[in-house]
Amino acid sequence: MVKTMNDVCTLNNLPLYKSGLILSIKCKDYLINRIFDMGILENTMIKPLYRSPFGDPTAYLVKNTVIALREKDSKYITVTPIN
Amino acid sequence: MFARDLFRSSCSVNVQESADFKVALAGNPNVGKSTIFNALTGLKQHTGNWTGKTVECSSGKAVIKDKCYLFTDLPGTYSMNDFSEEEEVTRNFLATEKIDCVIIVVDSNIIERNLSFVLEVLSLQKEAVLCLNLCDEAEKNGVNIDVDELSLNLGIPVVCTCATKKSGINELKNVLGKICLGETKCFRVERNFTGIDVLDKEKHKLNSEMLAKKSKEICEKTVSYNTDPKKRDNCSLDKILTSKALGIPVMLVLFAALFWITAVGANYPSEWLSILFNYIKDELYILFEMIAVPHFLTGILIDGVYTTLTWVVSVMLPPMAIFFPLFSLIEDSGYLPRIAFNLDKFFARCGAHGKQSLTMAMGIGCNACGVTGCRIIESPSERLIAVVTNNFMPCNGRFPTLIAIIMMFFAGSAFGLIASFKVAVILLCIIVGCVLVTLGVSKLLSVTLLKGQKSGFALELPPYRKPQILKTVIRSLLDRTIFVLGRAVIVAAPAGAIIWLTANIYVGDSSVLSYCTNFLDPFGRMIGLDGVIVMAFILGFPANEIVVPIIIMSYMSSTTMMEYSSYEQLLELLSANGWTVITAVCMIIMCIMHFPCSTSCLTIKKETASIKWTIFSAVMPTVMGIILCFIVSNIMKIFI
Repeated sequence: MVKTMNDVCTLNNLPLYKSGLILSIKCKDYLINRIFDMGILENTMIKPLYRSPFGDPTAYLVKNTVIALREKDSKYITVTPIN
Repeated sequence: MFARDLFRSSCSVNVQESADFKVALAGNPNVGKSTIFNALTGLKQHTGNWTGKTVECSSGKAVIKDKCYLFTDLPGTYSMNDFSEEEEVTRNFLATEKIDCVIIVVDSNIIERNLSFVLEVLSLQKEAVLCLNLCDEAEKNGVNIDVDELSLNLGIPVVCTCATKKSGINELKNVLGKICLGETKCFRVERNFTGIDVLDKEKHKLNSEMLAKKSKEICEKTVSYNTDPKKRDNCSLDKILTSKALGIPVMLVLFAALFWITAVGANYPSEWLSILFNYIKDELYILFEMIAVPHFLTGILIDGVYTTLTWVVSVMLPPMAIFFPLFSLIEDSGYLPRIAFNLDKFFARCGAHGKQSLTMAMGIGCNACGVTGCRIIESPSERLIAVVTNNFMPCNGRFPTLIAIIMMFFAGSAFGLIASFKVAVILLCIIVGCVLVTLGVSKLLSVTLLKGQKSGFALELPPYRKPQILKTVIRSLLDRTIFVLGRAVIVAAPAGAIIWLTANIYVGDSSVLSYCTNFLDPFGRMIGLDGVIVMAFILGFPANEIVVPIIIMSYMSSTTMMEYSSYEQLLELLSANGWTVITAVCMIIMCIMHFPCSTSCLTIKKETASIKWTIFSAVMPTVMGIILCFIVSNIMKIFI
């Protein structure tokens, strides 16, 4: 697992079933507004639930909904893992 | 009960007639807007448990307490921004149309996120009613919503509904009436909107954050959870259906089972219908002879129109009437987005969007629907890829042709249990082949003609829901039957008449038909087919359903008349006209890879707004089909 700082990692590196608090979202323009609308915002809890059979995308639990994101997009989201 | 009855009887109100009140239904995707719309208007819009099922506005009228209401069902959107086309429709409608009331539908399970959208709508439209749909499910999940408090915080009435069970619909109608008549006043809660300008695109992030904050505040005041609120943690079904080991096998087995049930189930009604139609045909001959109908008229009506019509009905109808209700069940269960989820990696590698698998699934029903469905894909280049390649999924009109050919040539015409498994497996292989072709072409397009910007993939996976089995099956069965019968009458009947005429009008010593087929024959032979088949594909442009009937009619006009009430007899007719396994294989290839039908072409034209791309999507598969047939038939000829 790649950790940049002490307790910060990118969303794609958050292990399954480990909740995280979103710190920053720096996704590319084509997606950023869309994921805001879907409730993925800074200071929101997010939790990876399961991955596709081929490892990508991953389904995340956000605000009681399940949203699938590709790795190339989720790597621009940083989270603080929470126990 | 009374109100509903009153309502039903008034469904036939002429839509052109002006309404007393205009009402719009808005909400996040997949919260049940269309189900509410159906319950309100008594119409039968298709519904499904996946984001993007409705991409076009649909309107319906209903009379409630002597007032006529015009309801508009808007496509589901996540916000008031116009990132994809169907969202633009919704935004423009709410921002510019003058409406008396908006019914904002939300999924009670995910009320917090939905509230952001509610606030956005309320910033544009004051008169509204909030409809807390899927209330029973939320209750089961331990979500308690204080309806009165919520109503106070939003300044609009709030109604709990469970649209599938039709509970709360009467109350919704009452509240709606009161708002429209001005008896209930909605008020704007200014503090909800401070610092928010929904239509300012530049401030989107700020808006989203503010809205989310306000929603959270409201939720804290109004929503409480009995049990652990993270119910969606429990995704044991998804653990299986999207797992590394089982995800793909389960998907394949599911489709194989679907094809198997279709093949087995369709065989009997097909046979019964053929026997019935042949019996009627014989009686008709006798009747026509008795009343001394001229030979010409008997020919055109019975041998032309009647034969083609009944072929389409007896062979096309049963598979479709079985396949689609089953497919609708899968759609209602919420499995389709999981397919998109499972296969996204392939699509991503091919420069396409994961949601393309949803539009492809729609394409199996009808390519025109599949093409319209492509609106759910945001990026223009990816959408165009999905539109252009949709035709590689065998639609409604081609599916039964495939089943018939497989049954005759590859499964042994004596139809038994083993044969039916063979049909299902071969059909599954063909569909997998279609998917691979789609992926390949998508890849090619994305690195050549359509290099444009890629959109991200953010797909919501709804919870699985138990479909309303009986209702879905009956509705889908009726819809499909009407659809197939409608096409049969509109397209197959005239086509039958035309073919009969060309086969029976003689210029010199051969018929017009044989001139045409003889002309096309050398080309047809080159690609493993013959002139008749090539001509049938060309004449099948209005509807793919009539390709096989045209082939049969053309063969029958040149050979002695024979019965073809079963696949064995049909196989005999085809074999007598030189069909071999090679012909069958090439026929299957051509069936999948040729120009889309006229309706699909028009839809592509409408969706792409480009003649160039319409022509491209017709020429590209045709050229591919011809080349592939040429190669395959010549290779096969060496071995057989």
